[in-house]
Amino acid sequence: MTTGLAVTGLQKSFADKTVLDGIDLHVPQGTIFALLGPNGAGKTVTVQILSTLLTPDAGQAEVAGHDLLREPDAVRAAIGVTGQFSAVDNWLTGEENLLLMADLHHLSKAEGRRRTAELLELFDLGDEAKKVASTYSGGMRRRVDLAMTLVGRPKLIFLDEPTTGLDPRSRRAVWDVIRELVAGGVTVFLTTQYLDEADQLADRIAVLDHGQVVAEGTPDELKRQIPGGHVVLTFADPAALDLAGRVLGDVSARDDEALTLQVPADGGVHSLKALLDRLELAAVDIADLSVHTPDLDDVFLALTKQEKVTAR
Amino acid sequence: MSTSYAVTDSLTMLRRNLKHALRYPSLTVGVVGQPVLLMLLFVYVFGGAMKLGGGATYVNYLVPGMLMMTAGSATMPAAIGVCSDMSEGIVSRFRTMPIARVSLLTGHVVGNMIQMLVSLVLVLGVSFAMGFRPEASFGGWLLVVALLVLLSLALTWLAVALGLVSKTPEAASNIVLPISLLLPFISSAFVPVDSMPAGVRWFAHYQPFTPIIETLRGLLNGTPVGSNWIIALVWCAGIAIGGYLWAKKLFTRDVRR
Repeated sequence: MTTGLAVTGLQKSFADKTVLDGIDLHVPQGTIFALLGPNGAGKTVTVQILSTLLTPDAGQAEVAGHDLLREPDAVRAAIGVTGQFSAVDNWLTGEENLLLMADLHHLSKAEGRRRTAELLELFDLGDEAKKVASTYSGGMRRRVDLAMTLVGRPKLIFLDEPTTGLDPRSRRAVWDVIRELVAGGVTVFLTTQYLDEADQLADRIAVLDHGQVVAEGTPDELKRQIPGGHVVLTFADPAALDLAGRVLGDVSARDDEALTLQVPADGGVHSLKALLDRLELAAVDIADLSVHTPDLDDVFLALTKQEKVTAR
Repeated sequence: MSTSYAVTDSLTMLRRNLKHALRYPSLTVGVVGQPVLLMLLFVYVFGGAMKLGGGATYVNYLVPGMLMMTAGSATMPAAIGVCSDMSEGIVSRFRTMPIARVSLLTGHVVGNMIQMLVSLVLVLGVSFAMGFRPEASFGGWLLVVALLVLLSLALTWLAVALGLVSKTPEAASNIVLPISLLLPFISSAFVPVDSMPAGVRWFAHYQPFTPIIETLRGLLNGTPVGSNWIIALVWCAGIAIGGYLWAKKLFTRDVRR
C-alpha cells in the first residue's frame, strides 16, 4: 500500500513548553486516520506542522509523497486543510469563496465555475451560496469551509476537529462527505476529541496525550486493550449491598456511598440472566441496573488518566 | 511555482480586496469625509481670519495640505484591513496553498493604493467646487500625480506593516493616528510653519509631511519649492522601503499563536 503520510520523531516546543515530544505516524494512501486526544494534547500543532504552517524542531515527514521540509510547495499543492477555526472569507459569498479558491489553484474560468457548481451541489449549498458568508450558521460555514478545501482536488486532507460545534445533523452530513472522499481515493487525516467520531470514521486511530502517542491501532484493537464490559448494580440499603457482595464474590468495584457494585460481564443476555438469577435466589433486591459495553471512552480514559501508559 | 504565479495570484488577491472595499465602503467614506469636513470648516468658518500675503486665496493654500491629510487618513482602512484579514482563518488557508506568498501583501498594497488615489481624486473634486484654482501646467499636474502615487505607495506599505504588527483591528486603528491626525495638523497644511511657536515650528519643519505639502503647493500654486522636493522624495522612498522591509519581515515569521 502506498504511503499517504509518514512521520518520524516529530518534535515541537514553544518557549519552555514541549508540545510534541517525538511522535511517529504512518497513514496508508486512501484511508482515514484519526488523531484522538484531549484539548492541549498537541493535535492542532501536529496539523499545523504537517500542513506547512509551522516548522518542526526535529523529525521528518513525508506528506502525499513529498518531503515536508524540502518541498513545502509540492506538499501544499497536494493537500487540503480545514482548520479548527473557520477559514472562510466573511465578506464574500459562499460561491465567491469557492471561485476565489479556483483562481488561486489557477483553474481556467470555465473549469473554476464547473468545479464550484459541482461542490455547491455536493454540499447542498444551493441558494445560500449567494449570500455573504458572515450571515451563515456554524454548520453552513463548515460546509463551505470543507468545499473550499476540495476545490483543488487534494490527495490528502487534514481536518482539524471538523465537527466541533456542529449540531448532530450537520455532524452526520460532514461524516458522509468524509466517507465519500475516501471512497474516491483521498487520504484523510482527522483530529478529534470525540471518540464516537473516530470510532465511526477511522481505519486507524492514534491516541495523543501530552505530546506523545500513547496508543495506536484500529478501533477494535484499541477496545481490546481495556478490560471488558461490566454491569453496575445499585441497591436500596447497605445490608443488601453487603449480601450481594457476598453472593457474587467476583466484584470489580464497590461504592459504599452510592450503594453500587460493579460486576464484570460480557454484555450478553445469558450471563446477565445468570447474574440476576443468583441474586434472586439469595433474595437480594436490586434498585437499579445498568449495562456497560466497552467503548472508546473507556480506552481513552484508561490511556490518558495515568501520567504515562506503555500500551503499545 | 511561487514566482511564476506571483502576478496572477496578486491580481486574484487584488480583486478580493477591491470587492471588500466596494461591498463595505464605510471606511473609504470616512477617509474622504474627514478632509472634506475640515476643508469646509477652515475655508468657510476660519478662512476669513486667515490672511495670506500676496493676495493668495486660503482655499488655494489649504488644498495641498488636505491632499496630504487624505493620504494620511487612508492609512487607517489599510491597516485595519490587513490586521483583520490576518486574524481570520482564511490567511492560514492561504498559507497552506501553493500560492505566491507575497501576493497576499501586494494584493493589499495595490488595493489600498487604488482606494487612496480614488479618495484623493474625490477630495480634489470637492476642493474645485469650493473655489480651488491652481496655476499648474499639464507638466506640473503630471508631477503632482507622480508624487501622490509615490506617497500612496510609501504610506500604504507602512500601513500594511502597522496592520501586521497590531494584534486587533482596534489597535490598528489607533496605531495610525499619528499619521492620520498628528502629522497633518502639526505641519504647514493649515498655516505656514513660520507662524508657529519655536518648539512646534521645529517639529513641523522637520517632519516628513511638511516638505511633501510644500512640494505639492509649489507644483499646484507656483509657490517657491526650494530643496523641499528632494527632501519629499527621500522621505517617500525611505518610508516605502522601510515599510516594505518591515511588512515582509512581519509576514514571513512563523504563524501566530
